Amino acid sequence: MSTLAQEFSKGIFKENPIFRLLLGMCPTLAVSITAINGFGMGVAALFVLLGSNLVIAALRNFIPSKVRIPAYILIIATFVTIVDMVLNAFTPDLHKALGIFIPLIVVNCIILGRAEAFARKNSVARSVIDALGMGVGFTLSLTILGIIRELFGKGSIFGVGVMGSAFEPMGILATAPGAFITLGIMLGFVNFMFKRLGIE
Amino acid sequence: MNLLAIVFVAILANNIVLNQFLGICPYLGVSKRIETSLGMGMAVIFVMAMSGIVTWIVYNYLLEPFGLVYLRTIAFILVIAGLVQLVETILKKTNPTLFRALGIYLPLITTNCTILGVALLNVQAGHNIIQTIVYAIAVAVGFTIALVIMAGIRERLELASVSSFLRGAAVSLVTAGILSLAFMGFKGMMTL
Repeated sequence: MSTLAQEFSKGIFKENPIFRLLLGMCPTLAVSITAINGFGMGVAALFVLLGSNLVIAALRNFIPSKVRIPAYILIIATFVTIVDMVLNAFTPDLHKALGIFIPLIVVNCIILGRAEAFARKNSVARSVIDALGMGVGFTLSLTILGIIRELFGKGSIFGVGVMGSAFEPMGILATAPGAFITLGIMLGFVNFMFKRLGIE
Repeated sequence: MNLLAIVFVAILANNIVLNQFLGICPYLGVSKRIETSLGMGMAVIFVMAMSGIVTWIVYNYLLEPFGLVYLRTIAFILVIAGLVQLVETILKKTNPTLFRALGIYLPLITTNCTILGVALLNVQAGHNIIQTIVYAIAVAVGFTIALVIMAGIRERLELASVSSFLRGAAVSLVTAGILSLAFMGFKGMMTL
């Protein structure tokens, strides 16, 4: 049995959902245009993951295993609807920028993956820690990608200009091909770092 | 809205994978060989058309009249999950040949975000039933084209010497980026 601290940190390093498990690639590519979008998406997914892991772990002895997948999807969809409405009410700009990718958190493989692989076999406390770790790992990765793409694509970080007026933004980083290429290179870099640091 | 324009934009100018970032997981997962990617593509075309029709009916005759639009995510995902299960069962009984061809890809489709994404995009764009069907099929054809092109490239990439850190997903993503760059050329031709 791993300790709670290990349970938390595995989502950030060893089993980072984006860079290690390659889960949730669609929102990663689509919303990492700016740091704030990436961060917002990460927090939205973190909330859904937390809620679904909590409820699924609490109900794990009551959900018959034959219908577990539809039951999980229903629980996840409920939390996604809550996030959708909350974001629409309090941060309409972010809601508009993330667009269709908010309802699509339902089919984000990270969330169903954690429900199936972790929450249905573990206690509520451990599932919550697992969700926090995974969610923070996802948010961090998304924000880092967003910072890189915003810094070089627009010359700013979190909407604050930092590069000065002499900087010519690399427009491609803000477009679709830029998303694929940045993530591909980041993935190679992370693989390299993990090998260097001896984490496998 | 011109149907031809919908088809052109959905397949080329605004390709679902390369431009809208939907369905990346199957795109990276099933694009290792041309045959499997064709099989996956056929299954997606089939399910996408069916789910387009069903979600359109659910939205326009069930959710909208009763003021339940806020439940659309839950309703759509349930309809899609049920539909995939139904298609699987019906195909197994009535058309075993087609079932064998599509069989293993069908369960994978429930978690394919293109299906739910297209259902939501249809509602957002306010398509009527004909436009919905045309759009759904065109998007799925665009998905298949992107998948098959990618599989063709990856089959050769297997033989190329790639740095061990970039091997696998990383180099596939960079390749997809270059492919996406090529598809961007169509954007200048027509936009909706």
